Amino acid sequence: MKADITFGQYCEGNSLIHRLDPRMKIVLSILYIVAIFLAKGVTSFALLILSAVLLVGLTGLSPAMILRGMRPLLFIIVFTAVINIFWMTGDVLLVQLGPVKIYLEGIINAILIVVRIVLLIVATSVFLTYTTTPLALTDGLEQLLSPLKKLHVPVHEFSMMMTIALRFIPTLIDETQKIMNAQKARGADFSTGSLLQRAKALIPILIPLFISAFRRADELATAMECRCYTGGEGRTRMNVLRSTAKDWLFLLAILLLGTAIVLLNTYFPLYGLTL
Amino acid sequence: MQKNPIIKAEHLTFSYPGDSESKPVRALDDVSFEIEEGSFTAILGHNGSGKSTLAKLLCMVNYPDSGKLFLCGKDLTDPDVTDEDILAARRDIGMVFQNPDNQIVASIVEEDVAFGCENLGIPSAEIRKRVDQALEQVGMTKHARSSPHNLSGGQKQRIAIAGVIAMKRKCVIFDESTAMLDPLGRQDVMNTAMKLNREDGITVILITHYMSEAALADRIIVMDHGKILRDGTPSEVFSDPEAMWDAGLDVPQTTELLYKMRQAGLDVRLDLFDVNDCAAEIARAIKRARGGK
Amino acid sequence: MAVIELKNITFTYNKNTPSAVCALDHVSLKIDGAADGITGLIGHTGSGKSTLVQMLNGLLKPDEGQVILDGTDIWAEPKKIRDVRFKAGLVMQYPEYQLFAETVREDIAFGPKNMGLTGDELNTRVLEAAKFSGLAPELLDKSPFELSGGQKRRAALAGVMAMQPKILILDEPAAGLDPVGRRDILGGIRQYAGESSTTVIIVSHSMEDMAMYCDKLVVMADAKVLMHRTCAEVFSEYQELISVGLDVPQITRIAAALAENGADIGADIYTVDYAVKQLLKKL
Repeated sequence: MKADITFGQYCEGNSLIHRLDPRMKIVLSILYIVAIFLAKGVTSFALLILSAVLLVGLTGLSPAMILRGMRPLLFIIVFTAVINIFWMTGDVLLVQLGPVKIYLEGIINAILIVVRIVLLIVATSVFLTYTTTPLALTDGLEQLLSPLKKLHVPVHEFSMMMTIALRFIPTLIDETQKIMNAQKARGADFSTGSLLQRAKALIPILIPLFISAFRRADELATAMECRCYTGGEGRTRMNVLRSTAKDWLFLLAILLLGTAIVLLNTYFPLYGLTL
Repeated sequence: MQKNPIIKAEHLTFSYPGDSESKPVRALDDVSFEIEEGSFTAILGHNGSGKSTLAKLLCMVNYPDSGKLFLCGKDLTDPDVTDEDILAARRDIGMVFQNPDNQIVASIVEEDVAFGCENLGIPSAEIRKRVDQALEQVGMTKHARSSPHNLSGGQKQRIAIAGVIAMKRKCVIFDESTAMLDPLGRQDVMNTAMKLNREDGITVILITHYMSEAALADRIIVMDHGKILRDGTPSEVFSDPEAMWDAGLDVPQTTELLYKMRQAGLDVRLDLFDVNDCAAEIARAIKRARGGK
Repeated sequence: MAVIELKNITFTYNKNTPSAVCALDHVSLKIDGAADGITGLIGHTGSGKSTLVQMLNGLLKPDEGQVILDGTDIWAEPKKIRDVRFKAGLVMQYPEYQLFAETVREDIAFGPKNMGLTGDELNTRVLEAAKFSGLAPELLDKSPFELSGGQKRRAALAGVMAMQPKILILDEPAAGLDPVGRRDILGGIRQYAGESSTTVIIVSHSMEDMAMYCDKLVVMADAKVLMHRTCAEVFSEYQELISVGLDVPQITRIAAALAENGADIGADIYTVDYAVKQLLKKL
């Protein structure tokens, strides 16, 4: 039985954002993150939230799913919020319980910081993880960084490594399961004993796994060589990335958003974030 | 039509270097043969008979210690051979390996089929055309955007074959490509290989230890101890079951039955691999034997 | 008495998700002791046979139903499931990929050591298992990674045999081997079954091998047991086997074709030698 692995969090779809050039999506997400960090005032955050809602709507993905994706980061979010609430001092004292003082500024700050983290996650999910396959991301990154090849940065090699890793991770996960079962069938015990004993119990899994990974690497190298692979030089691609009008429109929109945020920060902040 | 040898081997010898304790192991010993363009040849031999070593030489993973090897008319054992010559030969000769997993590079089927063409620097639009056509030919069009991880072994091998087709190679070597598959997957791969040969005229070399697969070839080369033991049509090779058994091989059950019936005194031909032909021959012989009494 | 008894086993992978697959659907099966010979388990890929095998040594736990080995329900005390693995030894497909120790001897000893064996007893078991699996004693002190493919397979087999399980289950023990290798390993298993009175179950896709080395066959199709009878009885249901994506030995098909050509030697033909014997009676 094959393990059911959806590597990364890519969600099948054909929305406008799904169809954007992956290179542009990388650029857009970087610009959007910059915009998030530029935002200081309540108004600029409101504008960002509005834009994020719009973006999620454009992907056609369910907002609940994107929120669920934040679960692993919940601890960090709560932790930062708590730190801000209890440690921040300000002018308007709301509650005092012995040595603990909670200020209005602390609460607003906590809210804004949480919003900032959530926005960061939403931005990367919308532009990258949820709407772009890992393979497309790798391709996009390779082509974005291709000017660095002139400086002898091994951009192609790095992207080939990524491609192969993406291809073999599910295979190796399956293999790990098989080897674990084989050793369990010989009475191996992975779940009891001291920490040291458990670490030792992993040896019968790790050694066969490494040997198998090396064997696979060796066979794959031969297969690639037989398929005339000689490195990045002179290679063409079947799927050439093309930027179209919609990619540039998105770029323009994000740049406008950034400008609006700077203006709002300067002229109409309502309340400014202090951090 | 004049057929040229696509592969010509003259007195090939190859040894694996032994470690400090053991002597080098001679895997190929004075092997000579020619493979005609457009032919379907099976290479049989038990494990360690040298058949996989031969495959490694043919795809230039290893180089012979001595002897000459011509691929597509070019002498690759010539000391002056250039990297371009080797690449040119590689362009024409493809391999489908034993482990279906370890030859797939990309995590999307069509990207993997395109891999070889991309390496050759073919223009994008042309690659697209070739990939679509190759996938169609092996019947995998509907899996074009799937992840290879979710395919069966037989399907993965068909992807590898599509990669070969897309590169428009003249010759494919199947190096025990069916060994890890279930019967349906094996059937799949064999049908595709036969089609490749019969319809597209691609030279097929099938390295296997399934006798039933070898029986489908035009010619069988039997390897034993690094040498060529037999070389002929399936009828010729299987007509001597004792020699095959001595070489650690087998014969199809049709041949085994015919052979044993002949030993029991029945006058039957040995060179029938089809179940119905074999049954008809035995039934006829029994009728004759009874009539003679 | 039945050594293995499966009562109404049901098992579903990825339960309660959209990708749920029912691998075993109310399967009941009784397999007798070693005296009744080797049982072969056949079925096309995805028929549920690998799942069934993993039920027998407790690698998978049934959603419903009971697995009874030697009269006891293996899931009666879930904490003792490890002991079940010593009773029902499983040799997985391509077992040579599980070898890990520094020497072959240590690798074979891994199972018995997990059982708590030490000293002479451990030593004897390793030597006996090596002998049964056809591994030369001088190989025991080599690294398992120096062995040839066939020898690695034997070493892995010995690793399970050394636990002296009452039931030995082998998943495609001859996969990827050449004709002689197949004959040696399957012949060796048959001899082992006879001498050690172990109940042996072999899973394989090769009908020719099953016909040669098994006495009874369990046919799985679509998560159910379709047949459980002797080889002769199973292979005479030629059409039914084909309809569930299985094959019969070539010789069985020849026998069917002979019948059409007016030389009927019965439908229960599954080895060449038996066919020859029956044909000679016709003369």
